[in-house]
Amino acid sequence: MPDSEDFILETRGLTKEFKGFTAVDDVNLKVRRHHIHALIGPNGAGKTTVFNLLTKFLIPTRGTITVNGRDITATKPAEISRMGMIRSFQISAVFPHMTARENVRVALQRKLGTSFHFWKPVSSLNSLNARAEELLHMVGLDHFADAVAGDMPYGRKRALEIATTLALEPELMLLDEPTQGMGREDVERITQLIRKVSAQRTILMVEHNLGVVSTLCDRITVLQRGAILTEGDYATVSADPRVKEAYMGKAA
Amino acid sequence: MNRYIGYLLVLALLLVAPFLVYPVFLMKLLCFALFACAFNLILGYGGLLSFGHAAFFGGAAFITGHAIKVWGLPTELGLLVGAGSAAVLGLAIGLLAIRRQGIYFAMITLALAQMAYFLFVSADFTGGENGLQGVPRGTALGIFDLQDNINMYYFVLAVFLIGYAIIARTVNSPFGQVLSAIRDNEPRATSLGYDVDRHKLLAFVLSAGLAGLAGATKTVVFQLASLTDVHWHMSGEVVLMTLLGGLGTLAGPAVGAAVIVTLQNYLASGALSAWVPVVLGTIFVICVLAFRRGVVGELRVLLRKTF
Ligand SMILES: Nc1ncnc2c1ncn2[C@@H]1O[C@H](COP(=O)(O)OP(=O)(O)OP(=O)(O)O)[C@@H](O)[C@H]1O
Ligand SMILES: [Mg+2]
Repeated sequence: MPDSEDFILETRGLTKEFKGFTAVDDVNLKVRRHHIHALIGPNGAGKTTVFNLLTKFLIPTRGTITVNGRDITATKPAEISRMGMIRSFQISAVFPHMTARENVRVALQRKLGTSFHFWKPVSSLNSLNARAEELLHMVGLDHFADAVAGDMPYGRKRALEIATTLALEPELMLLDEPTQGMGREDVERITQLIRKVSAQRTILMVEHNLGVVSTLCDRITVLQRGAILTEGDYATVSADPRVKEAYMGKAA
Repeated sequence: MNRYIGYLLVLALLLVAPFLVYPVFLMKLLCFALFACAFNLILGYGGLLSFGHAAFFGGAAFITGHAIKVWGLPTELGLLVGAGSAAVLGLAIGLLAIRRQGIYFAMITLALAQMAYFLFVSADFTGGENGLQGVPRGTALGIFDLQDNINMYYFVLAVFLIGYAIIARTVNSPFGQVLSAIRDNEPRATSLGYDVDRHKLLAFVLSAGLAGLAGATKTVVFQLASLTDVHWHMSGEVVLMTLLGGLGTLAGPAVGAAVIVTLQNYLASGALSAWVPVVLGTIFVICVLAFRRGVVGELRVLLRKTF
């Protein structure tokens, strides 16, 4: 199967209907290994729904999904994660009552296999602290290790999310609008960070900020009303008049 | 450090208490305190509102009573059999309910607990309306005669402390970390690869087993298991105790239980006896409106602000 060599993720005829309304319409998406692949499109185009389908948070109405050549159409969400495909969420997804260190540690903890051990002291997790702090350092959160995640500024929460995701050493990361609602400085920092962590990984990201898309992404898929409008590199896609129209339509 | 001093003070108080206050009242208080702390494990730390915990408390009360009275098991073993049965019942109910969220979870646990209630009403060994009476207290470790109220008190205190220690450890364990992650953000915990249903189920089973231990102990103290122990009123009362004391704080539910049991005791003997539900209802409303964090939760915030 030469296909599975090139493409880490592939969908065929992926469709999701909500009570007669088609949110995702016959999507054939191919994500090449080690690419940063962007999924863009106006509000309500179905981007988050595609993510929910890929990670099995939603069951597709029709169509198949393959990861590394393996059909995952019938796999459970937690299992998807254990296969090395980790998603983030459009709204920031930290554990608000835990510290930043604990947030990262709870991800590292999974591989320890002690998640059901209710008789062990929590100090048995201290061996993971060094790695947790290393990851926090990587995303520039050295000084936030003991901060309660819920109290951290928005941009820092998103950085913490990335650190938590990286703790699982994912082969494929799905980021849903990682720079949404951020100031310019934060956008810059997150962009750098994504570039840094993209080595030896594949990233599929939803992103509205076209500046970020143009600097980071190898390939772009444009979604409109649930269907793929066009696909290609930034120059091709940005020159396409239909893409401009789709975005104008959103503004009007 | 302050925390340890606090714990030592409370422990000292509990050790001398039976010489100052009527021991049977104190034992009742400890049983309900353990019940509420066990309940808090699933509500406060698991984020699931169970409305069926009377099935575990009362179910264990009957089974322990039967095991000691009819099978002639020693007291300690009788308690373990009761708590173990409650855990098994917890597993059965949990398997059916755990996938539901919010109000649906409350409804299913209530419905299944009512089924258990009807089983207990119609079963012969429970004694129906009369309850299961004349359960012998037996001895502790084969030496200490539990018919003596002071001995019985220290036995109950030991059971309470063991139960409390198990809860405290569970909350502060690797499992406790995952549980709080799930309560904080369930989809994220899933996306990190945790099977959230299984973790919730374990919390539910532990909570059921410890609630059973509380009910079983109560049977030994009063030498009686009755249908009020499995009635849904009991499920409601433990919610009230937990909320009043402080959801998701370790000691809060014990304090809430102490307040409610004390009130019930004093009001029941006075002229206000008919008004007990009204008084409790009023306290509940005030608590929900003014002290959302419960007694212990509010105190903690207050202490944090002043120091
Ligand atoms: N669970 C659901 N039930 C019904 N309709 C839904 C559901 N989830 C999403 N939709 C609808 O599907 C469409 C696509 O939504 P989706 O969230 O995937 O868009 P999006 O491209 O991520 O938009 P945005 O840029 O605003 O995040 C929307 O019209 C939305 O209302
Ligand atoms: Mg979206």
